[in-house]
Amino acid sequence: MPYVVLLVINAIFVNNFVLSRFLGICPFLGVSKKTETALGMGLAVIFVMGVASVITYAIDLALVAGGMEYLRTIVFILVIAALIQLVEIFVKRFSPSLYSALGVYLPLITTNCAVLGVAIMNVTELSEVNVLYAFVNGIASGIGFTIAILILAGIREKLEFADIPESFKGFPITLIAASIIAMSFAAFSGLSF
Amino acid sequence: MSKASLRETFEPLTTGVFKNNATFRLVLGTCPTLAVTTSALNGLSMGLATTFVLVCSNAIVSLLRNFIPRKVRIPAYILVIATFSTLVQMIMRKWLPDLYDSLGLFLSLVVVNCILLARAESFASLNPVIPSVLDGVGIGVGFTFSLTLLGFIRELLGTGCVFGFELSFLVEAGLPMTIFILPAGGFMVYGFMMVIFNVAVKAAEKKLAERKALKSGGGNA
Repeated sequence: MPYVVLLVINAIFVNNFVLSRFLGICPFLGVSKKTETALGMGLAVIFVMGVASVITYAIDLALVAGGMEYLRTIVFILVIAALIQLVEIFVKRFSPSLYSALGVYLPLITTNCAVLGVAIMNVTELSEVNVLYAFVNGIASGIGFTIAILILAGIREKLEFADIPESFKGFPITLIAASIIAMSFAAFSGLSF
Repeated sequence: MSKASLRETFEPLTTGVFKNNATFRLVLGTCPTLAVTTSALNGLSMGLATTFVLVCSNAIVSLLRNFIPRKVRIPAYILVIATFSTLVQMIMRKWLPDLYDSLGLFLSLVVVNCILLARAESFASLNPVIPSVLDGVGIGVGFTFSLTLLGFIRELLGTGCVFGFELSFLVEAGLPMTIFILPAGGFMVYGFMMVIFNVAVKAAEKKLAERKALKSGGGNA
């Protein structure tokens, strides 16, 4: 079991997807104006990452068996795009309340590089890998993303009322806030296992 | 070709570099921008790889714009983009293995770079081939320029090197600050560069407008 624990701590804090690996920066900057929308996006990402990790892992076994690793990128992105469509239909049919909560964020995730990133990382970078580890890594990475986007959204809500120089308004001040958050997360890099 | 129509033909090229600069103005493709710019060379090569994929995918999307049904256009664009980015990945792995290793995961992630999908959707699918290719070149050059610039600054401040060559007087004086090649420094340099770029573009636009007003005013009198 300890490997699973390490995996979780690593994905959430030490190698946080957004703040130290730079994956999923677009939604991190784009959907972080309010904490509510940030939470919605975060939940959708956790969900899709978990499901995508398992499915792409299974497909990768088939690709490796067939000696076709070079097709990874194409196959993974198509699978993820199709998966998100399916998830959308499924959630809409069976859980309307969840659908209205995730709603607009689901299609946006197709171009979230964090999902493809975790899928590729599961099969290329994990030292030990099986379906469970891939799933845990996906979920934990999603949680890391959610924590980061929630923190930034909280700060941006406060920034609304701050007196900021004209040319810093909008993205620049957000990036500088993100920089300070990243600095605090850098402290976790001492936790190397 | 007259001067005016020539200028019109090349317009996508110049707007792509400055007015519509992907990194600083449109804020697209931020993940590779922050992740690979730990050195100027990495930034340059990532920019060139993206430019290649962008030009090719813009050309193909524009050629096929009357054949792709509206409803399945996004998967179709993704497929085109994924094909070219796999091509780049294979070429780099064969001929530039060092660079392939240092760009790592982000070379496969060119496929989800939002610049590519945004240009396919908002430009290439609406315009003929030649303007689409020029738009690809313009946006690509702008992206490469900003990545190289960010990489240059971060490498210089973080390690005291310029394109991999160490400036020994900087290093001996103990000036390099490691923070700049860490993620936190990436966000910070990007933020400040965006401020500088916005101010510069705004000032240049103002000056151009003033000059134009002066010229037309002089003509009337």
